[in-house]
Amino acid sequence: MTSTSPAPVLSRLGDGATVELIGVVKEYPGAGTRALDELSLSIAPGEFIALLGPSGCGKTTALRALAGLEQINAGSIRIDGVDVASTPVNKRDIGMVFQAYSLFPHMTVLQNVEFGLQMRRVSAADRAVRAREALEMVGLDHLAERYAHQMSGGQQQRVALARALVTRPRVLLLDEPLSALDAKVRVSLREEIRRIQTELGITTVFVTHDQEEALAVADRVAVMRAGEIEQIGTPEALYLTPRTPFVADFVGVSNRMQGTLRSGTITVRGASLPSIDPTLPDGEVLAYVRPEDMVFVPLDQAAPADITGTVASTSFLGSLRRTTVRLDDDTIVSVQHGVEQQFLFGDAVALRLTGRPVASSPVAA
Amino acid sequence: MSAVPLTSTAVEPTTVPSPSPRRGRTPRVGAEPSKAARLIILIAVGLVFLVPLGAMFEFTLRTSGKPGVYSFAHYASIFHTDPALGISYEPLFEGIRNSLLICLLTVAIILLILLPTMLLVELRYPRVRRVLEFVCILPITVPSIVLVVGFVPVYQRVAAVFGSQPWTLAFAVGIIVLPYAYRPIATNIAAFDLVTLTEAARSLGASWPVAIYRVILPNMRRGVISAVFLTVAVVLGEYTIAAFLSQNTFQTALLLISQTDSYVATIFALAALVFAFVILLIIGRFGAASPGSRRRRPRRVQP
Repeated sequence: MTSTSPAPVLSRLGDGATVELIGVVKEYPGAGTRALDELSLSIAPGEFIALLGPSGCGKTTALRALAGLEQINAGSIRIDGVDVASTPVNKRDIGMVFQAYSLFPHMTVLQNVEFGLQMRRVSAADRAVRAREALEMVGLDHLAERYAHQMSGGQQQRVALARALVTRPRVLLLDEPLSALDAKVRVSLREEIRRIQTELGITTVFVTHDQEEALAVADRVAVMRAGEIEQIGTPEALYLTPRTPFVADFVGVSNRMQGTLRSGTITVRGASLPSIDPTLPDGEVLAYVRPEDMVFVPLDQAAPADITGTVASTSFLGSLRRTTVRLDDDTIVSVQHGVEQQFLFGDAVALRLTGRPVASSPVAA
Repeated sequence: MSAVPLTSTAVEPTTVPSPSPRRGRTPRVGAEPSKAARLIILIAVGLVFLVPLGAMFEFTLRTSGKPGVYSFAHYASIFHTDPALGISYEPLFEGIRNSLLICLLTVAIILLILLPTMLLVELRYPRVRRVLEFVCILPITVPSIVLVVGFVPVYQRVAAVFGSQPWTLAFAVGIIVLPYAYRPIATNIAAFDLVTLTEAARSLGASWPVAIYRVILPNMRRGVISAVFLTVAVVLGEYTIAAFLSQNTFQTALLLISQTDSYVATIFALAALVFAFVILLIIGRFGAASPGSRRRRPRRVQP
């Protein structure tokens, strides 16, 4: 036996691959609509992309197509410039963590992690070292001899992550890996995922329907709808400048308030708000105003442009408070504010819009 | 850059239920019976099986014309037939050989046709699962005699191709055993996430055959073994088809022998019953023991 142990190998995974989906079409027989409708997406090496959207929007199909678990009808999928659309999943060199617990029940944790290395004919000694190292990375090397049924869901997903990463794949695919976990474990595991991803520099695609999760971990978020990307951008860009009402509605909370659009400015109850979408024709619109873009003003200092109403409910959310106000025309709006401001049911209040640009949609005639 | 151990993240502990399930003496609905109750049930059920078996065994030890005298003479006579009496047990041994051959072929049909078909349907064509289930369960609803009437013209063709060989019964028996083989395999498939495990294995670089062999089949051990043993039990008990298609199998030979020597027929019937009993014990043994599940008890774990 040699006395020198092999050097750490996982940390050498700093060179992620470029991933491109170009005009990808996926149709399920008899479905009537396309699951992926000419989807195009370009992911930079080492980038962490989240595919976000409601159920049935095509995000999981896109991930499975990238993995090779779904055959596409048209378009191309390129990893480092090479079209892999016809490459079987076991030859694509990807690592994947599934929504359902996917550890092999008849194998120990260590055997699970070694499986991918065995498939790549790595020597037994090297396998053991690398598997231990991967388990160490997710903080579970002490559970190497356990079986899946002897572990919690969070631990199983950590092992699944180690198993996906130990082969040094070119791309890491995460298919809602946190959705079966409880809230606290979900938050801690998503932070781990992001930390490990940053550490390894591996190109990562993360599918989720949880907008908070997507915004928290991704470099860029692609909001999907009906098989297409509605908008892609940094979490900040998506939140602050949603290009469509769907994105404004899906990412974060928005109050829908009726107003009039003229020359790029929406007038809502006397307040002027810049419109994000310059292409929208003038007329009656619904403006999507964020809860933090409205502030309470003392009633005696209220200006004519301020909006008045009465408090309908209020919720304490830890670091902030969210109060629901019924406006004079019975519109319900949600306002986010500091915890020091407290209101009682039925309190008369005045609100002022901060004037940040808002998304809007035409009101149907 | 080195991999950083995530020491700051707490690993949520696996929790085991508190060890005080009994607070009062009121029995819960669905509660596990006490040790004494289990023993009584086991003895009662055991007697139901053992009394007839014991009676059969007692019968085989009797000596003709000498009430109260017991010996193993009938057992010895199986292997040392007296040519002067003109009794030969060769048809019985031939029947056993034929039945074992049919067993082998029927098990091959189950393992090489039914099992791959069920895996294929589950993995690639889940929409036809109901159709497959219907087809596999159907033979149990059709009386054997009706099946045989249908088989007769088919077997005229089979005999024309293969000759009138006993092993060709495996085709017919393969249909009869479908419900018995299908159900344990289907139950096993439903008990774990076959699709996700296969996809996980494939994403880790396993080819289809490797994914099936290394990941799927080890998790289907219980279902497959149950299916195989039930198949063997059904084949060894099958009489109608063999009799109507004029083939010599264990059951037809047993009937034949019973007309000349009821003691030897009972010996073989007893042996067949014990064999089936052993098979069921083996199924239970294999089914209970899966890797990592020794002394397996349900643990409540946090998600």
